[in-house]
Amino acid sequence: MDDQVDVVVVGGGSTGCGVIRDLARRGLDAVLVEKGNLTHGTTGRMHGLLHSGGRYAVSDQKSARECIEENRVLRDIASHCVEETGGMFVKRPEDDEEYFQEKLEGCRACDIPAEVIDGEEARRREPYLARDVEKAIVVPDGAVDPFRLCVANAADAREHGARVETHAEVTDVLVEDGAVVGVEIEHDSGPGKRVHREPGTTEEIRARYVVNATGAWAGQLGEMAGVDVEVRPSKGVMTVMNTRQVDTVINRCRPKGDADIVVPHETACILGTTDEEVDDPEDYPEEEWEVDLMIETLSELVPALKDARTLRSFWGVRPLYEPPGTGTDDPTDITRDYFLLDHAERDDLPGMTSIVGGKLTTYRMMAESITDHVCEKLEYDADCDTADAPLPGSEDFSVLRDYMEEFGIRSPIGRRSAQRLGSRTDDVLSGTDPNPVVCECEGVTRAEVRDGIEQAGSDLNAVRLRTRASMGNCQGGFCTHRIASELAGEYPEPVAREAEDELYQERWKGQRHALWGRQLSQAMLNHLLHATTMNRDGDPATTDADVDFGAFDAGVEPGGGSAGDGSTSDDPAAGVAATDGGGHGDR
Amino acid sequence: MAIDSEVLVVGGGIAGITAAIAAAREGADTRLVSHKASTLRQASGLIDALGYLPATEPAKPLREGPPTAGRNLDPDEWPDPEGPLADPFEAIDRLPEDHPYRLVGADALREGLDLFDDLVGDAYLGGHTDRNALVPTFGGSVKPTARYPASAAAGIASDDRPALIVGFRSLTEYDARTFADRLAAAGVPFDVAGAEVEFAEAFRADAKITRLAKALDRDEPIDGTPAREALAKAVGPHLHDVVDGEGGVDRVERVGFPAFLGDDHPAEVRAELADRLGADVFEIPMGPPSLPGLRLEDLLYDALDDAGVRFETGTPAVGYEVDADGGGGSGGDGDGDRIDHLVMDRKGSEVPYGAEAVVLATGGLVGKGLDSDRDGVREPVLDLHVPQPADRYEWFVDDAFGEQPYARFGVRPDERLRPLDESGEVAYGNVRVAGAVVGGADVAREKSASGVSLATGLVAGREAAREVRQ
Repeated sequence: MDDQVDVVVVGGGSTGCGVIRDLARRGLDAVLVEKGNLTHGTTGRMHGLLHSGGRYAVSDQKSARECIEENRVLRDIASHCVEETGGMFVKRPEDDEEYFQEKLEGCRACDIPAEVIDGEEARRREPYLARDVEKAIVVPDGAVDPFRLCVANAADAREHGARVETHAEVTDVLVEDGAVVGVEIEHDSGPGKRVHREPGTTEEIRARYVVNATGAWAGQLGEMAGVDVEVRPSKGVMTVMNTRQVDTVINRCRPKGDADIVVPHETACILGTTDEEVDDPEDYPEEEWEVDLMIETLSELVPALKDARTLRSFWGVRPLYEPPGTGTDDPTDITRDYFLLDHAERDDLPGMTSIVGGKLTTYRMMAESITDHVCEKLEYDADCDTADAPLPGSEDFSVLRDYMEEFGIRSPIGRRSAQRLGSRTDDVLSGTDPNPVVCECEGVTRAEVRDGIEQAGSDLNAVRLRTRASMGNCQGGFCTHRIASELAGEYPEPVAREAEDELYQERWKGQRHALWGRQLSQAMLNHLLHATTMNRDGDPATTDADVDFGAFDAGVEPGGGSAGDGSTSDDPAAGVAATDGGGHGDR
Repeated sequence: MAIDSEVLVVGGGIAGITAAIAAAREGADTRLVSHKASTLRQASGLIDALGYLPATEPAKPLREGPPTAGRNLDPDEWPDPEGPLADPFEAIDRLPEDHPYRLVGADALREGLDLFDDLVGDAYLGGHTDRNALVPTFGGSVKPTARYPASAAAGIASDDRPALIVGFRSLTEYDARTFADRLAAAGVPFDVAGAEVEFAEAFRADAKITRLAKALDRDEPIDGTPAREALAKAVGPHLHDVVDGEGGVDRVERVGFPAFLGDDHPAEVRAELADRLGADVFEIPMGPPSLPGLRLEDLLYDALDDAGVRFETGTPAVGYEVDADGGGGSGGDGDGDRIDHLVMDRKGSEVPYGAEAVVLATGGLVGKGLDSDRDGVREPVLDLHVPQPADRYEWFVDDAFGEQPYARFGVRPDERLRPLDESGEVAYGNVRVAGAVVGGADVAREKSASGVSLATGLVAGREAAREVRQ
């Protein structure tokens, strides 16, 4: 069939984006479909840790080795997505000394550089660490921006001929003569960029092979194909602080437990996390105790967290999987390893493989192994180069330094733009003049917002993911409308309005979990700005109100006399000029 | 050494200033202390009284339990608010029973507005009628308001003259083209166009609004052309941008700008622009930093001086002492305890400020008159009772513009604005509360913030003076 593609990849998280990039670079004709934005599922809802492997150095050394290997690869190919913060496993007096030694030996056994420092040295490096932290193991943990990483993978795939469709939910897996032959998808607003108010369409994509990279949703896709995929989604909370209390990833050095990590990420710190199995990856409770636990427990490591400002909390679901029959009860004990489930072997359904388990740090390795698998199935021979070829934006780190110079290394805004854009800095920043700041908290300029819009259409949450606009202290209070204003050149007013409402409501959702102290004050200020000053809630354009403008004050002279404000025709004030032109208005 | 006055007002916003002036006009020796600059710089400068009756009950029952990850699962639905209201007074009876307007009555609002008119003179308009005006907002909508600065007057939406909305390429708050389309979508009875113009780009891209205002005040040359002339030149080509319903081209009769047309000499700036453009000129109230808000602050501070109120700022209240020999006493006549003095932090030393009556007008969640942590919401000066759900996950609903419990947080007073304790008894007989520290109103959705401050400020000030006389 003419319009048959080689491979459809379902799922736009880190795995799916990695797979589509790998397939495209190997020359296969591939399509990625994702029901939301890229990273919509689990990838966009993680703490952003680039694992050194230290966390698995005792319990799961295979994963630990994979982590350190991929950690090195990503620093190289995705330098503009990674911040080399370094990490520490810190020990408090009540934490087990034996475990500390096991951790250290485990790191060394897995080839993870590890150095022990005493409490004083740890506090010299991270002054907000608790006074009673005794010592720490220093490891090469880092912070990774999952959004930027996925977008860069997808962009590279596109450059190599792949098609990437977001807001395209799979509604059916096509099975013919006992084999998977493609998928049926529903485009939220037609193919291509998402634009509000455009009608949805459906499309059948026929493919020689289907990759199920939907993570925690793998069971749902499997069901459409008539096979069981037993993922065990497990939720975890991440609480975002408004500032970086630490510049190093801080792990608690103990066997396992909730609330044991603080990851510095851009302007914020992210506290994590919990681990609770849930039935439905889309519908599970986001609970108060989880947020409280983050703050209470992690303030044992960093006491300042106790009174610090929290911006929001979000939850993610891990796509945990264990082979049938393992029978682990506690989700924290389930392996973090990944598995390829070839449905031909497993379920006698050729044409589809699911990939489950795993973690962001090893996404590329997972992508490589499933791409190898697909190539084998398609009897196609090509080498993987994704570990060596830099991602768009990370082509040349020295270029980045040049740009930082050119666009004002002295200006924090320019520097941050360059950090986000990497080697794309020149392309993006040089075309827009004037280039004012749109999001002040995160220092995002018009040029970046417009670049995001060019890529993502009117979907301002997708623009947010690309730029970080609206992710700072005000949580969009001061910039949602500004970001939406940048749609004006390209999209009509109703599109901009819907896009603005959607972003504002999305920002509100995370703040509900941070609604006390200064963030509650911020929420009230945002409410006043948007409801009082802008009247976005009572706008006659969006309510059913039929406004009789003539029933309102029409001003007093000149010109406005026609509108009916009959009650005041003989009011002595009616002679006052409604325009200025003198008097005491000048105050 | 104690600093004594008859009436001590804490808080320097609209409510505190109104209360202080009202008390002073009743003959009380009045002192006003505030912690910081008021929140007026964050306010639009419009004086809203009551513009909407927002729905307090959802259209369908809210989902039970904690929030869920299901992002569009079973969303809240709230009915449209009633409004915009042309008459702010007649709707007061339909507000919730514990709303501050219900406590003090429509007449208090009316008198509060009268007092305001008296204080600001012709710097504000709208006092010629009981009706609300509909004024364009920088969100591209119109909103009902009771009083508007003279600088906004030509922008009134019930005026049918064609209008041009001007935006600046270097300013990100709104896009003028979208703005004009939004006004049209709101059904305004005039033709409107929007134009984004190049102005003051010689300033760096992120020049503050106040910087542009100063340039216009001083008529500074921009690339050799005086600022006002340069601005008029930038707008000139767009005066015929409006196309009417029949496709004809109209010359606009009024031109709206973001509110930065001068800081010290706004009327002069507007007059010159109007003259150069041959059209009326108006300002569109903006978010922070708001020049109309700051100008109003100046006006009110002047009024405070004129009324003979002593005023100091930078002086937070850090404690209080109850009158030892009663004068009531809890449970006695139901008039509660009496405050003997507040302890103020004056440049690091604690100084008692004695008074016969105290007005607390310290603001709400934004102005820090209400404080909160994960365990609850507090009134920090006198530790007054603030009713609230015990579980902070009941402080909000899922729709950002739904009936948000947090928006109505505050101290609950009786009709004489004496704060009530947990059991509904008067907590302190010689204390009055006013403005945003008073709960029960969602001033944002109602468009009632300034009106609540004026009405409660007026009553609290008079009541405090009455307390002194007794």
